[in-house]
Amino acid sequence: MKGFYLLLVAVAVIGGGALWYGSQRSPAPPTPSAPLPVAAADAFHGYTLGSDSAPIEVTEYSDFECPFCASFATVQMPVIREQLISAGKLRWRFRDFPLPSHKYSRYAAMAAQCAGEQGKFWEMHDQLFTNHQWAQTGKNPRSLFRDFARGLGLNLDKYDACMDGQRYVARLEASVQEGEALGVRGTPSFFVNGRPFTGRATSDDFKALVDSLTKKHK
Amino acid sequence: MIRRQAIVLLALVGLLVATYLWLYKIGVLGELQCGTGSCEYVQASRYAELFGIPVAFYGVAGYAALMGLGLAGLRPRFAADRRVGALLATLATLGFAFTLYLTAIELFVLHEVCRWCVVSAVIMTAIWVLSIVGLRHRPPTTP
Repeated sequence: MKGFYLLLVAVAVIGGGALWYGSQRSPAPPTPSAPLPVAAADAFHGYTLGSDSAPIEVTEYSDFECPFCASFATVQMPVIREQLISAGKLRWRFRDFPLPSHKYSRYAAMAAQCAGEQGKFWEMHDQLFTNHQWAQTGKNPRSLFRDFARGLGLNLDKYDACMDGQRYVARLEASVQEGEALGVRGTPSFFVNGRPFTGRATSDDFKALVDSLTKKHK
Repeated sequence: MIRRQAIVLLALVGLLVATYLWLYKIGVLGELQCGTGSCEYVQASRYAELFGIPVAFYGVAGYAALMGLGLAGLRPRFAADRRVGALLATLATLGFAFTLYLTAIELFVLHEVCRWCVVSAVIMTAIWVLSIVGLRHRPPTTP
């Protein structure tokens, strides 16, 4: 019996020690520092959803770590996609505007760009916003995002190379500069055919706007 | 007696695994060591919480209770007490049912598997089997 209790104590000590050791290791924040591999002006102006011939274009400046952006993406955007974008009334353009106060928003934006490289930008966009708990924990989301990439069927070698090489960091910077030049101060911010959208960020307001603009076009 | 020792040892390992997942969930640990599994995907899903409490915490509480009960059952005065065995089996059955629910969520809803959750599921299944087998055997009588 004594041997059993010794074994129990040994397991508890080793296991507890491993947990303590793990808690002392702070995750390395994946902040970009390498030289910029892609020129800022790579003629990229954001991923779009919807028909090129749609009469109205909304440009959204968004931050993947921002809770309002996540709420908009998960609650309002599905209605907008279904009723406006799929109907050919509206084209949606997504621009990154990672706020400096958010630790991992640039990293998340990079994950979306790297998924976009393999044709899965919107799928990664949806993953990042739908499973938004990562933004509340403050933990390094690297392996979670990699799990998303795996779940989306991305080539992980290409994804890793893209992330590790920070391939699109200049593209993100260009997007931020563009937003700042347009007067973006917070996220999400919207522009309708290039003009600031001052309504509420709801599907109802976008529907009303599209309806009024469509009538004007007629 | 050997079965209860095995239950205590398994519950301790389960407690460590559940604590690891819980510490990750509350932000004490930065990254899960998961190998080829999808631990963080599963842990970040909405199914990783129940009634606002991380699922891993239920594991911590459950394994701690099983371990405490098992340790109590090893004491000479409770060794022959069938109530301890019945309590162990009841608690283990609840834990096993919860494990089945979580495994079903992983397999059929999330379509991703967390390796640590599999470890916990195996441990809970083993505890359940041992506790049920323990019920079927007559406890040793003290002279």
